Amino acid sequence: MTEPIIGIRDLRKTFRSGDVDVHALRGVDLAVERGEFLAVVGPSGSGKSTLFHILGGLTPPTAGTVMIDGQDLMKMSDSDRTRLRMKSVGFVFQKYNLLPTLTVGDNIKIARDIARVKGPLDKQFLEVLDALGITDKMDRKPRQLSGGEQQRVAIARSIVNHPAILLADEPTGNLDTENSTAVLGLLRDLNKRLGQTILMITHNPDAAAFADRIVHMRDGQLHAA
Amino acid sequence: MVYKLVWENLKHRPVRTLLSSLAIGLGVTMMLTLVGVGEGMLREQEARTRGVGADIIIRPSGSSVIGIAPPNINEKLVAWVLEQPHVAQSTGIVIYPLGGVSTVHGVDFEEVTKMSGGFTFLSGRPFKDAQEAIIDEYFAKEKKLKAGSTVKILNRDWIVSGVFRGGKLTRMMLPKKILQDVSATTGKVSVIYVKLDDPSKSAEVITHLKKTLPDYPIYSMDELASQFSVNSVPELKTFIGVVISLSVLFGFLVVFLAMYTAILERTREIGILKALGAGQGYVLGILLRETILLAVIGSAFGIGMSYVTQWMIATFIPASMTQAIVYEWWPIASGITLGGALLGVFYPAIKASRQDALESLSYD
Ligand SMILES: Nc1ncnc2c1ncn2[C@@H]1O[C@H](COP(=O)(O)OP(=O)(O)OP(=O)(O)O)[C@@H](O)[C@H]1O
Ligand SMILES: [Mg+2]
Repeated sequence: MTEPIIGIRDLRKTFRSGDVDVHALRGVDLAVERGEFLAVVGPSGSGKSTLFHILGGLTPPTAGTVMIDGQDLMKMSDSDRTRLRMKSVGFVFQKYNLLPTLTVGDNIKIARDIARVKGPLDKQFLEVLDALGITDKMDRKPRQLSGGEQQRVAIARSIVNHPAILLADEPTGNLDTENSTAVLGLLRDLNKRLGQTILMITHNPDAAAFADRIVHMRDGQLHAA
Repeated sequence: MVYKLVWENLKHRPVRTLLSSLAIGLGVTMMLTLVGVGEGMLREQEARTRGVGADIIIRPSGSSVIGIAPPNINEKLVAWVLEQPHVAQSTGIVIYPLGGVSTVHGVDFEEVTKMSGGFTFLSGRPFKDAQEAIIDEYFAKEKKLKAGSTVKILNRDWIVSGVFRGGKLTRMMLPKKILQDVSATTGKVSVIYVKLDDPSKSAEVITHLKKTLPDYPIYSMDELASQFSVNSVPELKTFIGVVISLSVLFGFLVVFLAMYTAILERTREIGILKALGAGQGYVLGILLRETILLAVIGSAFGIGMSYVTQWMIATFIPASMTQAIVYEWWPIASGITLGGALLGVFYPAIKASRQDALESLSYD
């Protein structure tokens, strides 16, 4: 049996806002296999995004064990987490979060620049660009693209450095049905063709159905479907 | 790639970029204009002094070569100097201040003509022994005077008898005797210009003159260049210091404000970069480069504008001021401005680099 790419045991996260403690995660247990496409569903405020932010190294956990690709998140310093975001994790957000002043091509290039990756784009990634249908839009600015197109650019950018895991937080939240289906199809394609491990948060059961497995988040804890 | 982002950001807010770099450039222009005017006027004055054709200058005791010489020298000294070995000619000149840096000189026209090799008159003729004045073409241009005009000096009207080609002694000359009479300085002069039969004997003659005139500053022409330097004008040095400080402050404030508002506007962009794995150094590097670019554009503006001030001075007040283009000050002024700019970006850059990625990526 191979080691899971994500191993979480009794993960807790407590926010202090003013005098009150907000327990966003109250003992999360989860194992994700390499190459899995996992959907996380659950009501608003249940802690889904918080879980992703911890996995992506955007915020430190309060307690528990989190292993990502063999690295122990609890032991990480700020700069270790920066490295984690640079090399091991790709993010896709509900808001596409492209840099507005840069072209599509430069939005992708800057992710490589940050990770200090040099040289031409690899063949595999070029195929992905083709599949995403944005090859001919490289010189456009984000505001000249539709929401669906922008989200596809964001997906391309998130995997350009071949991260171990791709975290997509409601990637179709701002899209209409047609664009949603296209984006979800592309994510599944990435998962099947490249074996890309994907974790996706969604409110939409139809969207969740694209995944191999669905877990439910409720009050800061995960439950199997 | 970072440069592209920096450049695109500058292009994205063209008015901000233009105004900030103009404001930064203003500091550069202030420095270049001030130093350029100081330098230009000193060089000009030096050239005019050389234009007299003397080998040695004797000034009143207690005066420096640049300040105005009070008419403290007894005119009898002029005749005494002429009797000294190697002295071919000597002439005494009265300098009367007109306020500011402008002066009028009372000269013996014959003597000055002989010493300097002659004046070229662009119009009119030399003054006669009357209330007449001659002026150079710069003075004529700035004050809109020509032969036949009247100028008021010491509450009297003087007729401009002629306009001469500049570069000799000063811009306006009056008959010495008459200036001495009306300014109550009869029998006194401000400086004595001395011409030698052999210029290589200057040092020897100066040593000899100093034996009798120990308190008088006596210069040879070789010493002029070092005398006409910014270092011998303490007021100018102080003023340059003030303008440098102002420029640093200016660069600091402009960049602080521009970059501070920029990072507030760009919290989302900074959050995105951080989510992509950009560390503090990367964010810091972006803002530093943007600041350097602003300072470079600003300095280019500032240098360009110093040519504009030069043109304006040459066009509107050619007699009062001359501005040199001081190339050696380009890197100095740009460097000083960049220093101020980097001080200004310091706080905004630290703030941005420490910004929490999640702060701006929240899903509003
Ligand atoms: N920075 C923070 N400070 C304080 N409380 C926070 C912070 N971030 C999240 N929370 C709280 O933690 C809980 C979980 O939030 P989270 O964003 O993870 O929910 P979610 O499941 O993603 O919800 P949604 O479906 O609306 O996106 C909420 O109660 C939220 O208010
Ligand atoms: Mg959420």
